[in-house]
Amino acid sequence: MAPLFELCLRMGDSTLILGQRLSEWCGHAPVLEEDIALANVALDLIGQTQMWLGLAGEVEGQGRDADALAFRRDAGAFRNLLLVERPNGDFGHTIMRQFLFDAWHLPMLRALAGSSEPRVAAIAQKAEREVAYHLERSAGLVIRLGDGTGESRARMQAALDALWPWAGEMFAGDGVDAALAAGEIAPDPARLRPAWDGTVDAVLAEATLARPAGSFFHRGGRAGRHTEHLGHLLAEMQFLQRAYPGAAW
Amino acid sequence: MYAQMVRSTGTLKSRAEMTPEEAAFQDRIDRGERIEPQDWMPEGYRRTLIRQIGQHAHSEVVGQLPEGNWITRAPTLERKAILIAKVQDEAGHGLYLYAAAETLGVSRDALIEDLLAGRMKYSSIFNYPTLTWADIGAIGWLVDGAAIMNQVPLQRTSYGPYARAMVRICKEESFHQRQGYAIMMKMARGTPEQREMAQDALNRFWFPALMMFGPSDRDSVHSAQSMAWRIKINSNDELRQKFVDQTVPQAEFLGLTIPDPELRWNEAKGGYDFSEPDWAEFHEVLRGNGPCNADRMAARRKAWDEGAWVREALAAHAAKRAARPVAAE
Repeated sequence: MAPLFELCLRMGDSTLILGQRLSEWCGHAPVLEEDIALANVALDLIGQTQMWLGLAGEVEGQGRDADALAFRRDAGAFRNLLLVERPNGDFGHTIMRQFLFDAWHLPMLRALAGSSEPRVAAIAQKAEREVAYHLERSAGLVIRLGDGTGESRARMQAALDALWPWAGEMFAGDGVDAALAAGEIAPDPARLRPAWDGTVDAVLAEATLARPAGSFFHRGGRAGRHTEHLGHLLAEMQFLQRAYPGAAW
Repeated sequence: MYAQMVRSTGTLKSRAEMTPEEAAFQDRIDRGERIEPQDWMPEGYRRTLIRQIGQHAHSEVVGQLPEGNWITRAPTLERKAILIAKVQDEAGHGLYLYAAAETLGVSRDALIEDLLAGRMKYSSIFNYPTLTWADIGAIGWLVDGAAIMNQVPLQRTSYGPYARAMVRICKEESFHQRQGYAIMMKMARGTPEQREMAQDALNRFWFPALMMFGPSDRDSVHSAQSMAWRIKINSNDELRQKFVDQTVPQAEFLGLTIPDPELRWNEAKGGYDFSEPDWAEFHEVLRGNGPCNADRMAARRKAWDEGAWVREALAAHAAKRAARPVAAE
């Protein structure tokens, strides 16, 4: 498959699945301000999905639009990071997952903003402003909840420990990444690691949380090998399009 | 909207029965002046407003749940984004309204505790389930439509912070109503299955939407004092009639049938005649026996209880920050 198409799916599927996960919180957050903020981030991510998957369909040239790609592919065709399909867990899990993702997403978009492919650069430039805010917010919450009460620190450390093995995939490139990097369309994923490490270490230190020692990580999202959770998420998300094929909404 | 059967505190007094302060207060209301938080006000006015604004705020918050039920299943990315934005607006309305209530000397947390303990209510409408995607259209069209009918006059209510909150809320609600109608339009002009869902949604939401205006004027025992204080501007039946007159042509345009065999145009009154909702059902829903009361309250309690550690941590962190020397920041 064309590397540019793959890049658009990798970006758009991650924003879609994370946006979908965040929208599960609607009406159930610990305080009203968080209901609003989580919805706001979800909304940005769904908007970015429309752009990435829209471009994917355009690049593919087979008449699939963003909705066809979002609602009528099965799990094996999804290219999102495994991290974003992890279930929400408690509020601490959701925020930690968001932080680990945002700390990668922002430098990724900054690199893509200089892409040799102008349509990629245009989306990245627009998304970058939104994601800078996402990172500011998730980092702030990790700090406040880490350095809050004894219970909140324990919950945040547990979330970090549980999610850590799902983060390393962000920096593990494959042949598609090599082709994209060679064409200066996207960065080599490993190049984003120092920026991510810098952000994560600084925030964890202020949050009084310990960076997990392990270096093992799960991978497979970019190749379409997902966890059990994605199929359930898609079953719910795609229900109407699957149950009433051909209907317009 | 979303304030039904708010009990007024105090019976309507004649001029002769009022203290000089109460008479001066009533004069200000009668001149159309706005009452502000620092102004003197009768205790009954304050308490009635807390109940009304609190109930309204709770309704916005609980109202996230029936629509939130379809966010994860919205049929397109655009519909999902619009619905998230709408539910986000509702949480925002809850915030402004709690802030308006706080100007009357009650905290948001205290109001939430009252809701969770069953001491305060929210609108009966949110105790009905959203069973199909068409219900999301029907809620925007009918429920937000009814809310607007009630809230537009409240922009002129006597209590300043409440009136100003209403101005902001009404702007957003009319956008919501248009979005709901747009969904109904797609469904009503879609496949036979979609048309069936649209008609079914109208069938289920019509009478609950009429109930949103509260009981018939002949049974509405709480209105006189609230109207004298301009906390309530129009009677329940006036607003219900306006809503029906506005909505029937919209249903006709959609090609949908209002589920009321008695509905007909009355030339003499210049409005529709229509059947009243089943008031026994309305009272049961208010008593907690609607199809979703238990689920709605369980969801709110769960969110509150499971969020306790977050609220405590945020407070603890803020306290640590405040205790640190400024130079260390």
